[in-house]
Amino acid sequence: MTDASTTKVSQRLRGRRRVKDALSSPIASFIAVVLALLWTIPTFGLFVTSFRQVEDINVSGWWTAFANPNFTLLNYNRVLFEGEGANPPLTQFFFNSFAITIPATIIPLTLAVFAAFALAWFDFKGRDFIFFTIFGLQVVPLQMSLIPLLQLFARGVEIGGVTVIPDLGITGTYIPIWIAHSMFAMPLAIFLLHNFLAQIPREIIEAARVDGTDWFQLFRMVVFPLSIPAIASFAIFQFLWVWNDLLVGLTFGGGERDIAPLTVRLAELSGTRGSDWELLTAGAFVSIVVPLIVFFALQRYFVRGLLAGSVKG
Amino acid sequence: MGISSLLVTNITVLVSGLAAFALIVTLIFVLASRAKVTTQEWLRYLVFLGPAALLLLVGLIGPAIRTLYLSFMNASGEEFVGFDNYVWAFARPEILLVLRNTLIWVIVAPLFSTLLGLIIAYLTDRMRGGAWVKSLIFMPMAISFVGAGIIWRFVYSFQPSESKPDIGLLSAISKGLGFDPPNWLLEAPLNTFLLIAVMVWIQTGFAMVVLGAAMKAIPDEVVEASMLDGASQWKRFLRVTVPMIRSSIVVVLSTITIATLKVFDIVRTMTGGNFQTSVIANEMYTQAFRALNYGTGSALAIILFVGVLPIVAYNIRQLRLERTER
Repeated sequence: MTDASTTKVSQRLRGRRRVKDALSSPIASFIAVVLALLWTIPTFGLFVTSFRQVEDINVSGWWTAFANPNFTLLNYNRVLFEGEGANPPLTQFFFNSFAITIPATIIPLTLAVFAAFALAWFDFKGRDFIFFTIFGLQVVPLQMSLIPLLQLFARGVEIGGVTVIPDLGITGTYIPIWIAHSMFAMPLAIFLLHNFLAQIPREIIEAARVDGTDWFQLFRMVVFPLSIPAIASFAIFQFLWVWNDLLVGLTFGGGERDIAPLTVRLAELSGTRGSDWELLTAGAFVSIVVPLIVFFALQRYFVRGLLAGSVKG
Repeated sequence: MGISSLLVTNITVLVSGLAAFALIVTLIFVLASRAKVTTQEWLRYLVFLGPAALLLLVGLIGPAIRTLYLSFMNASGEEFVGFDNYVWAFARPEILLVLRNTLIWVIVAPLFSTLLGLIIAYLTDRMRGGAWVKSLIFMPMAISFVGAGIIWRFVYSFQPSESKPDIGLLSAISKGLGFDPPNWLLEAPLNTFLLIAVMVWIQTGFAMVVLGAAMKAIPDEVVEASMLDGASQWKRFLRVTVPMIRSSIVVVLSTITIATLKVFDIVRTMTGGNFQTSVIANEMYTQAFRALNYGTGSALAIILFVGVLPIVAYNIRQLRLERTER
């Protein structure tokens, strides 16, 4: 960051603080805090329950637990480490979720930035049509893509007896899950990133073009660095989406325990052990820990994106 | 397989997968930059648009066309039946109920999520410690529908025996207020609204984050000017804040509407679509993957698509306007 822009930012921050003092009202703050607590209670109830003894959970409300504290880590010990064979511990699914989520975030975002760049800055016939089509594709229900895609991954595509795409031999690996997630993420990612990239001042692009920079260098050296805040913001949502997804993991994982994500296992437990709250509560918390860490760790990217956006206004 | 060896395997797969992807992308960029200027003129479309186009064609457009085709075919997709599947959808009372439920979802969930998100974003915009409030409201957004389903099933859990104390929060609260709690998730049409509450609980955080970001982008000068004019808090909200973030509100509303239309996890995990809570996305899954009727399942998908077209049309119009302004 240059000195001039640093000064500008700090000036803005000082101005903000001044406005902040004048605007913060105790009533507004109070309402906000009440709402925040209200929002947290259901999760908190589950959290408390996950530390309670099995015998206590089914005979008293979790809110009574503090009168007679009798907490334990046993539930976590059971879901994380106990079990083998057909009932592996959650730790395994935890690792699987990572192996699914990281590539399924990076790959679609990279490809979406490419497309968003082209749609925002290449002048060609039918550009609007393509863009609007992509926007419309957001609503194509995921469920209806499942069967054709499953068949594609399992045995390729044949049209009229001619093999268009051969059997790729990738069933049972993470690859179909990565590809499927990339496909489904594309419309929203392109749409949102396009909105951001289209805001890059025309002068910047044109200046680079006049200097003789080709489109590939322009993307690498100008557009991509400028769009990192937007990418980071969307990456957070995509990460959460994939980590929390059930349908794609279930369908393209083929129910194989070696590659199934955490959510698939949890849904299974919820169905077969629906009233074993000591297992469900602890399991649910194992699955939400990572998204929470990601959110808190990357929160400053939100802020950076906001600063980038506020320069415009 | 032991946990540690599984970890090693997963890391290997993860790193090699990403390395391969990075290598291909870098290689393409290096080669493309070396190409002749005339070659680059068409090569740039291939490099930048090609991968996304391929993914969209194979993953979404192809299957969508197939869905349209299948909606005019019988259960096995082998015989042409005309509009029979659509007639079926609008004649059967249980499917009409599904359509009505979907309509309730699509109206209530986006409206409440956006409104609550807007209010909370405004309340916390200049608040000391607002970051904590925002984090807590956003938290449900980080939770999977499966996790949220478990959390709320617990809140709504019903104690059938009179003698035992409640373990569900909602039952306990309503008893405290002097009401006899019903078996929440079985009671139509109340149960549909209880399921929608879960969606609102999740999506409010999304609305708040996006709208909060838009509010931060409002220049301080504008806010200060309205303060000097002596505008009240409420007036400032209505006359300054809301109009200035209007386009963000539209984006949030349409994003949540689309998410609401497609959601089936909540219904699936909490009631399985029973007790008159089913929605189109769930019924479509039931028809296509349980009843194995691709015809009716596809017809429901098309109805869903038609239902969302007005939103798409409106947004496209907005987009056109913005583009002409530029």
